[in-house]
Amino acid sequence: MNSVTNDKVIQLSHGGGGKEMNRLIKDIFFNAFDNAILQNEEDAAVLHFDGNIAFTTDSFTVAPIFFAGGDIGKLAVAGTVNDLAMMGAEPQYLSCSVIIEEGFEIEKLKTIVASMARELKKSNTRIVCGDTKVVPKGCADGLFINTSGVGRILKPKISVKNLEAGDCIIVSRDIGRHGAAILMAREGLALESELSSDCANLWPIVEQLIAANVDIHAMRDATRGGLSAVLNEWAKASNVCIEVKEEAVPVSDEVKGLCELYGFEPFDLANEGTFIVAVPDDNAEKALSVMQQFCHCQSASIIGQVTADKVTADSNNAKENSQQGKVILHTPWGSARYLDVPQGELLPRIC
Amino acid sequence: MIALNDLYQGFRDPKVIRSLAQQIAHYASQVEGMINIMEVCGGHTHTIMKYGLNQLLPSNIEFIHGPGCPVCIMPKERIDHAATLASQPDTILVTLGDMIRVPGSKGSLAQFRAKGCDIRPIYDPLDTLTIAADNPNKTIIFFAIGFETSTPMTAVLIEQANQRGITNLLFHINHVLVPPAIDAVMNDPQVKVNAFIGPAHVSVISGAKIYRQAVETYNTPVVVSGFEPVDVMQSILMLVKQKAEQRAELENQYSRSVSENGNKTAQALIDKYLTIRPEFRWRGLGPIANSALMLKPEYAHLDAERVYANVLPQIEIDDHKACQCGDILRGLCKPKDCKVFGRGCSPDTPLGSCMVSSEGACNAYYRYNGVNL
Amino acid sequence: MCLSIPSKVVELHPDEQAVTVDTMGVKRKVSSHLLAEPLALDDYVLIHIGFVMNKIDKQDAMESLALYQEIVSKLEQEEREA
Repeated sequence: MNSVTNDKVIQLSHGGGGKEMNRLIKDIFFNAFDNAILQNEEDAAVLHFDGNIAFTTDSFTVAPIFFAGGDIGKLAVAGTVNDLAMMGAEPQYLSCSVIIEEGFEIEKLKTIVASMARELKKSNTRIVCGDTKVVPKGCADGLFINTSGVGRILKPKISVKNLEAGDCIIVSRDIGRHGAAILMAREGLALESELSSDCANLWPIVEQLIAANVDIHAMRDATRGGLSAVLNEWAKASNVCIEVKEEAVPVSDEVKGLCELYGFEPFDLANEGTFIVAVPDDNAEKALSVMQQFCHCQSASIIGQVTADKVTADSNNAKENSQQGKVILHTPWGSARYLDVPQGELLPRIC
Repeated sequence: MIALNDLYQGFRDPKVIRSLAQQIAHYASQVEGMINIMEVCGGHTHTIMKYGLNQLLPSNIEFIHGPGCPVCIMPKERIDHAATLASQPDTILVTLGDMIRVPGSKGSLAQFRAKGCDIRPIYDPLDTLTIAADNPNKTIIFFAIGFETSTPMTAVLIEQANQRGITNLLFHINHVLVPPAIDAVMNDPQVKVNAFIGPAHVSVISGAKIYRQAVETYNTPVVVSGFEPVDVMQSILMLVKQKAEQRAELENQYSRSVSENGNKTAQALIDKYLTIRPEFRWRGLGPIANSALMLKPEYAHLDAERVYANVLPQIEIDDHKACQCGDILRGLCKPKDCKVFGRGCSPDTPLGSCMVSSEGACNAYYRYNGVNL
Repeated sequence: MCLSIPSKVVELHPDEQAVTVDTMGVKRKVSSHLLAEPLALDDYVLIHIGFVMNKIDKQDAMESLALYQEIVSKLEQEEREA
């Protein structure tokens, strides 16, 4: 039989729209993502929804493609699923577009697709449409994946604008692992460690938080820009001050070690399975106990609080509070500083 | 036995810092007038800002952030050199980390990279050997930056390239020296600095002795300090005690790593390949005699400045005239006194040296200052 | 300037003039070209841009830490007495 598995590498013909492309799609993608909507092979998937849905998209270009704790496939599913979950939406349907560089090993592609399929199962999510393109060698770096996703909203009104004074800020686990794992995997730094990426599907946890009726004000996975970026976005969007206790933020030894070596801050490093949630003070313990039931979230911790109240336009005693929109980090040394948004490319400091 | 972790946590112990802060306050109250401490080194600035040490000190102690960040003090024309070299055909420009962010007169190296120049930021200078070996048909130019601390690594790179018969590697040397910069600061008649925290990793290589002349010439205490917050606090205590007792001596707080004479092997390697440059222009401070290094004449064939002399721009480019970095570096004014601070000049669009890198005084003020609780 | 951090020597590669060091669970091979005397396992060293710069004097570090503890307990005693 002339199966795609006889080929060793992706060729331009695999994207040509003919027999080879059909084989590639059927043997690899349909096989792994098998479901009735996808098998219909219509020009577009037909979906049915009641009520509000959340819709998101993300492209994945991570280098290297395989890293400790995951690969680009796992990331492409978890990333989009997590974006939906963070809006209180059940991740139901995903699209999957793949851009493959000519010469890419088919075995690697299979591994990536298998890891996508594994990750989909965790949240009972289906890939219902997709596209495959092959570009000449040198026009892409191995493989890029875009996924878009939709899901119905189970918990409405989760928003970056909803933080209120008195809210507790909870982080789901130790921070900075994905960014650190990717840096370690890059050849230039020639590092070794036990560290793995935190890359994970967060819907199972969020589903439990919603089931436990936790009053979630805001929720976000701390991807690029890390914890700093999320907290600063929240502080600005809700016009509040967020105060964080540095010693309460969980960080693994390896991430600390990498940060020492290269002068990075764990707060700035990317995560792919770590989220931050703002809940009213009296909901914090409940949220923590739900999160800590999951093995990768045993280090979930309350790291800070929202302190300054919102200033509304019609409020008469709206006094100027210069700390609004700011994130303040309280150090264990009795001092405080602003936690700033990371800037530019993450480069080793020599100073 | 001491655990490695103790070298971190032991020197970051909040209790120790609190105790040292109390002792500093005690001795500082015996000193009349201001104690204006210049921490020359960007690493110390970083520690002070990150740990908020300035918030733990009495009001008669002020920090003046000195010119000790090799990225910040690089004048624009030298960055233009790098950009010009990177724009030559079949050339790869290699440099360290955050150098590629700093704008020259025609943009930063990161911008030139985006335009298609092959510019590679690396962490380990010896990685340049691999780049050179992997690209035999290209000319590799190592844009060398750094103070005394980073200079021996360049010397090892030159030696290794030579030993391995690598012939496609040239050097553009921008290594600078701390003592002449201290002289430049102290020779200003209006200078307010009256104590120094000495850069310690510089002294790991060059020895504590390099500051002795400054102590004697300017009758100013210098304490060579480690980089952990406890190190910096203890060094401040040592300086304040000297002030209270009206002494001006060279003291070494960082004796676990710094000796009087430094690392002789490293010094010998530097002396083998590099020699004093008659003059180097520092961004913010202007030209300073004998303040930098260059390749020795016998290695002129490796010197990108000579090999490419006909294409490298020779125009000196000053910072914006409203920029007061020079005064800030001498401690004559604070970042917020500068007219363009936070207006025309911010970390996204730095006009002067102090805003350029995260170790710069203006950059640090812009990001951290203003927490009043 | 000059970010350098303490690390522990965990492997020796004398042929390459290099050692592997461990910084809180992160390992990296670094050059030992700048050291005249040989390094031993469990030595603590300072690393700067991929090079060992020196050997950290453990005795000296312990003495510093002991001194700090003395300062802390003295102050705590004074606070109790006050």
